[in-house]
Amino acid sequence: MPPPTPKGTGSHPGTVYFFGTCLVDLFDPLAGLSAMEILEQRGIRVVFPDSQSCCGQPAYTSGYPAEALKVAAQQVVLFEEDWPIIVPSGSCAGMMKHHWLRLFGKDHPLYDKVQAIAGRIYEFTEFLVKVLDVRLDDRGAPCKIVLHTSCSARREMGVHLTSKALLAQLDKVEVLQQEREAECCGFGGTFSVRQPELSAAMAGDKAQALEATGAELLVSADCGCLSNINGTLAKSGSKFQGQHIATFLKSRLEPKA
Amino acid sequence: MSAPQVNSTQPMHFMPGPGFRSRSKEVLDNPFLRQSFRGAMDFLMQKRAAQFPDPANLEALRSQGEAIRKYSLSRLPDLLEQLEANLTRNGIQVHWAENPEQAQDIIAGLMEKAQAPLMVKGKSMVSEEVELNHALIARGMDALESDMGEYIVQLAGERPSHIIMPAIHKTKEEIARLFAEKVPGVDYTDSVDELIQIGRRVLREKFRETKVGLSGVNFAVAETGTLCLVENEGNGRMCTTVPDMHIAITGIEKVVEKLEHVPPLLALLTRSATGQAVTTYFNWISSPRKAHELDGPKEVHLVLVDNGRTQAYAREDFRSTLQCIRCGACMNHCPVYTRIGGLAYGTTYPGPIGKIISPHMLGLEGTGELVTASSLCGACGEVCPVRIPIPELLIDLRARSQSGGPDPFTPQLKGEGSNRKPFMALAFSLWSLLYRSPGLYRLFAWSATRFRALAPRNQGAWTRTRTPLIPAKKSLHELVRERRNQ
Amino acid sequence: MSATPQTSSARANILARLRSKPVPPLPQPTVQVWTSQMGDQPVEVLRQSLKSNLEAAHAEVIQAGPEGWRATLQKVCQDQGIKTLMLPRSLPPTLDIAPWDQGPALSRFDQPMETLKDSLFNQVDAGFTLAECAIADTGTLVLLSSPEQPRSLSLVPPVHICLLDVRRLHTDMPTALAREQWASAMPTNLIFVSGPSKTADIQQTLAYGAHGPKSLIVILVEEDLQ
Ligand code: SF4
Repeated sequence: MPPPTPKGTGSHPGTVYFFGTCLVDLFDPLAGLSAMEILEQRGIRVVFPDSQSCCGQPAYTSGYPAEALKVAAQQVVLFEEDWPIIVPSGSCAGMMKHHWLRLFGKDHPLYDKVQAIAGRIYEFTEFLVKVLDVRLDDRGAPCKIVLHTSCSARREMGVHLTSKALLAQLDKVEVLQQEREAECCGFGGTFSVRQPELSAAMAGDKAQALEATGAELLVSADCGCLSNINGTLAKSGSKFQGQHIATFLKSRLEPKA
Repeated sequence: MSAPQVNSTQPMHFMPGPGFRSRSKEVLDNPFLRQSFRGAMDFLMQKRAAQFPDPANLEALRSQGEAIRKYSLSRLPDLLEQLEANLTRNGIQVHWAENPEQAQDIIAGLMEKAQAPLMVKGKSMVSEEVELNHALIARGMDALESDMGEYIVQLAGERPSHIIMPAIHKTKEEIARLFAEKVPGVDYTDSVDELIQIGRRVLREKFRETKVGLSGVNFAVAETGTLCLVENEGNGRMCTTVPDMHIAITGIEKVVEKLEHVPPLLALLTRSATGQAVTTYFNWISSPRKAHELDGPKEVHLVLVDNGRTQAYAREDFRSTLQCIRCGACMNHCPVYTRIGGLAYGTTYPGPIGKIISPHMLGLEGTGELVTASSLCGACGEVCPVRIPIPELLIDLRARSQSGGPDPFTPQLKGEGSNRKPFMALAFSLWSLLYRSPGLYRLFAWSATRFRALAPRNQGAWTRTRTPLIPAKKSLHELVRERRNQ
Repeated sequence: MSATPQTSSARANILARLRSKPVPPLPQPTVQVWTSQMGDQPVEVLRQSLKSNLEAAHAEVIQAGPEGWRATLQKVCQDQGIKTLMLPRSLPPTLDIAPWDQGPALSRFDQPMETLKDSLFNQVDAGFTLAECAIADTGTLVLLSSPEQPRSLSLVPPVHICLLDVRRLHTDMPTALAREQWASAMPTNLIFVSGPSKTADIQQTLAYGAHGPKSLIVILVEEDLQ
């Protein structure tokens, strides 16, 4: 039985925070910008706190909670207003929504704030579908794509469902199905360099499965997976590449040239 | 005592220290092995999925399983005492072992008492965890594995590679060659039916003659003093029915309070493990042979093993490790396990469950590498029938393995801090400084993007199979600032 | 009981470690009837479920004919080439099987297993048992060990023939536990049997008759077996 398609509430907050994430900031700022513009096109004021940097996930999952905590604490105080916080990465959103509570612990002076923030964290596609209940008008040329969802985005945030719901609205986009869709691409933060052979084996299998669909483009809502899969594809000499879902959606919504 | 009768040249389970990476690389480089693990795991995953067609029903059942295991653990010392009292009342003798050596001594002592140089074993992972076979051989005794998979692995002088399907790494042709070579009077046949019948013939003789049978325990019921065993082959029943003495061995965490707690756990276990709604045999043993009864062992013993379980128990954050019912689903669904199988791990329990339980049994010094060998994808936690948060436990174990936890005053884990890597620690302190100092980060991002052409082309392990990561021309911070100023 | 000094100190140490930090006891979980999607079903549905599950597990299920289950048993033995059949030490008087002309040679499990090992392991073709009850949703027979019915009778001979009063059918295992009240007086051995012995340990290929019976034949009757 397929899980039910998420339904939006259709409510429309006037202002949201945008948390760009460290990978988007340095390696794929266009994804962040596209996401912000899509929100703005829907009449939403997007606030980007300048002092933001990273949710702390790299240190947290590598076993350095103290270092992660210091970085996370720096972010927690940036979201004083009661606005939704939009994150263009399911795994970072999952970190902020679920793992920050564990990381800070009940005794931390910021715990109450962390708890309040947790209720306001949205992954980008989740926000479009579940809160804004958007209707997308596809203005691009017909194309075939394949979707990859990061594991934590899938399991902690249900991003595979919201991504699919958005892509399904694009009339001229056909979403192809890869083998073992839910299997990990092998990124896993420092896993990729601590266990490089395993990570490479997983990335290789994933790249192969995605490419084998014959899609023109890979779309994903997570920069970690994208850098892993794109890097693996490029190294093997493949022309097939992936793009952040925000960038992709933005390109589809642009008026035809 | 007479000489051992079995060819037991199996290696020890535990291979401490680094080596996981090189062992896993060996498997990764073997396309044949990779293919066979992948195929086997795909098969088990499909069978499990077919048993849980309704997600709501699965979640309800998991909630029930989790609640029963959590409840049992919350009362563990009391339940163990109740179990002991009721088993003793029923005539089953209870022994306690803090560590593998004590378990070995107890069992060897019982065999001496029974004047038995050989025992025939049903499947028991705890007996492997305490390296029982080696200990018996060292004392001039021996143990014969009777689970078909375990028998094959023992005959081959190997270790089991899966807790439910020990010989999953072997093809029928390999087993055919093994039997032809090692079993007297057997010609090569790769018919699975014939191979099983050969095993049956050999082992039946042993069931008949051997004075001591050993088994594991899937659930021990405190209120009635009952040992429950799950199996398909019937060798578990043989080992617990035919020999004069039955020795059961299990971990202290396996106890549940009531009989009524068993069915939900059984349903989760068999469905998650092999995708069966029920196994062929579910065997409840509550006493040795009673007066007027004509069969069954005259003595039944239970050995309760700690071996690090009390360490996991003592800390709330690690207690859930003991909820495990050893179904193996986390292994079958693990993208790492499906690629390398169980042998590379170098511990009795491979896969995700092995990564979270072995540190308590063996200490973090020798298992620290294992806790890093996960992408934290969460597939294990998603399928675990008793909802053990395996990825979170791995994150905590990583922390304890490298730097010690944030609360140095509580009792430390064995080997806590022993995998501290000064370089990594330094790197993360610098990272932390950078990412919590907005001014510094701004400077860093500015230079990283401006000098992107200087980004190293060789980024170590990353670039061996990937193109290098090159920063964008401008950071998002910068682009946002530019838009604001327009 | 003679605990060695070592294991008694081990016991004390283990329990002390478990109690070193008090763990608040959680509330008793309420065990609902869970997996069985069957709910309250007419008897016919339950019977069909028992039969189809057993058959899916490679067992044979036969309804006793109008001439009585003894005739069915004889026919089964004839069809299967069973020449020697071992019965429990004693059967209830109404159920006893008198020596018969055409049927297999009958023997009884009337000695301790030690004396019977040879015939049990090497001579008897089939063992005959009475089931206590059965479970519909998984296709499971429940056998209790007793002085009359030794447990190896359903294990060692290559064929296991089991007589079941189909009126003694429970929907699922929790229901069986609740109704049968075994917890109050556990038999030495209680066995749930859901098919013939099997294994998939070689290349996930299913093979029957691993260590226990290669075939399981269930004869259904509607009469009291107590
Ligand atoms: S951790 Fe969970 S999934 Fe893994 S073996 Fe234990 S019970 Fe099964």
